[in-house]
Amino acid sequence: MIVAKVWKFGDNIDTDLIIPARYLNTSDEAELAKHCMEDADPDFVKKAQKGDCIVAGFNFGSGSSREHAPIAIKAAGISCVIAKSFARIFYRNAFNIGLTILELPETDKISEGDTLEIDTKTGKIFNKTKNETYQATAIPEFMQELIESGGLFNYAKKMIQKGA
Amino acid sequence: MEKMTISQKILAKHAKKDFVKPGEIILADVDLAFANDVTAPIVIKFVNDLGGVIANKDKIALIPDHFTPNKDINSANQCKIMRDFVKQNNIKHYWESGEVGIEHALLPEQGYIKPGMLIVGADSHTCTHGAFGAFATGMGSSDVGFAFATGKSWFRVPESIKFIINGKRNKWVGGKDFILKIIGTIGVDGALYKSMEFCGSAISELPMDDRMTMCNMAIEAGGKNGIIEADETTINYLKERNIADYEILKSDEDAQYVKIYEFDASNIEPQVAFPHLPENTKGISEIKEDIKIDQAFIGSCTNGRISDLRIAAEILKNNKVAKYVRLIIIPATVEIYKQAMKEGLFDIFLEAGAVISTPTCGPCLGGHMGILADSEVAVSTSNRNFVGRMGSPKSFVYLANPAVVAASAVAGKIINPVEVIK
Repeated sequence: MIVAKVWKFGDNIDTDLIIPARYLNTSDEAELAKHCMEDADPDFVKKAQKGDCIVAGFNFGSGSSREHAPIAIKAAGISCVIAKSFARIFYRNAFNIGLTILELPETDKISEGDTLEIDTKTGKIFNKTKNETYQATAIPEFMQELIESGGLFNYAKKMIQKGA
Repeated sequence: MEKMTISQKILAKHAKKDFVKPGEIILADVDLAFANDVTAPIVIKFVNDLGGVIANKDKIALIPDHFTPNKDINSANQCKIMRDFVKQNNIKHYWESGEVGIEHALLPEQGYIKPGMLIVGADSHTCTHGAFGAFATGMGSSDVGFAFATGKSWFRVPESIKFIINGKRNKWVGGKDFILKIIGTIGVDGALYKSMEFCGSAISELPMDDRMTMCNMAIEAGGKNGIIEADETTINYLKERNIADYEILKSDEDAQYVKIYEFDASNIEPQVAFPHLPENTKGISEIKEDIKIDQAFIGSCTNGRISDLRIAAEILKNNKVAKYVRLIIIPATVEIYKQAMKEGLFDIFLEAGAVISTPTCGPCLGGHMGILADSEVAVSTSNRNFVGRMGSPKSFVYLANPAVVAASAVAGKIINPVEVIK
């Protein structure tokens, strides 16, 4: 269970907004975290506290394949991203690096500053501020398995050991 | 036997199955996996943490194209990680500055892309290679690291959307305008998670360069891949590079599509995508206001190929770049660079007052070689006009084809090429 304060963003938050290419000359997590969401909100890193969450509209993470984007968000201490939809590559990347993401069609009901209780297993989200409950879209079965086997890295490890 | 699209067929073949259906998750053998200097360091860490296993060294490629020639110390260090890995593992498919080009122009040109292949790249524009009737999709570094180590990747079989473009293409209209028109119609998430299949008589008449431009921007509509069935044009391109030994797959006539769109090419004029999304498109004649520009860029994995440079030269011949405007031209590969030089295009560019650079992704992603200042406006042949994409988060990027960009550089404002070439 995650308890998190909300930072609200709109539709089409692309990977250039999440981590601009001018900072992609490194893959150092702490360095990337310093510039998380910089071109969407230059003060985001200063304002956000460890454990806060991002709530956004459609097509979050569109654009580049840079894994640096979910890495920057995770390293900035953000516990979870909830959006109406995610761009495909970002969606995979987030799972692969262990950033919790949930798809929720009703993100318009959530306001900046709300406090959410998020059950990442069931996808149940309780908005403490508004006393509302939402149900996030279920995580696809295969991705559940991937998470349970310890992520893509451990899945690869097992495959190599089996000589598959 | 159930019917399949070309994308389903390629995925089924690589998963060693007779049939795969949309939504199904499969583990498939990958024919080619690659990464660039931005994404490779994380790929390499993934592989090295697994004990340095590489499933098949002949099926991986490393291409330092984004921030090369090294733009700063950090970028140099990223390239060094890549080079050390290549040396250590004796990897053949690697190109140093002087021979390297933009990955999505270099790989087809060097004969790495064939119909029916399954390709993954740690770069979102990997979808370019669908122009050859291959299934190609961009992934993150961990996924590509997985493919390096195991030779496989997992896929959710996508639903397909069919885009039929028939009719005669207008002068100064190319693949760029077709794809911008499509993105303008369906939106930046209009093909989210889906396969975009392009066909019709206007596609059959498109040269390979334009087909690559179209598939390149499938990702800008959220697509998983863009794909065009291989035909005579594809076969001739491959023949010129002495490539044989491939299987051409085609969609079954009654394969399932979640949606079908039809366009008449004769109704499509040069398109311009306004800041800050590729879906904000307008036909050039619909632009009534004067959009003054500070910079014009011709290059990138979208439009840095020889036919793009020829179009630019046609417009720039005996013309000058407007005062206070920078025109930056970057051939996408060394082969294109040499060809342009041989054809005398560089003389035309230099006479016009353009800058010509060695191949690099450079300014497209605000990397180097032409960064925008606050409040500056650029018109670019590249693929994204997001906030801050080409430099300052306070700058503005308009996307267009090479003819519009060249003409705009001459006029100092966004303009229809017919107004420059009367």
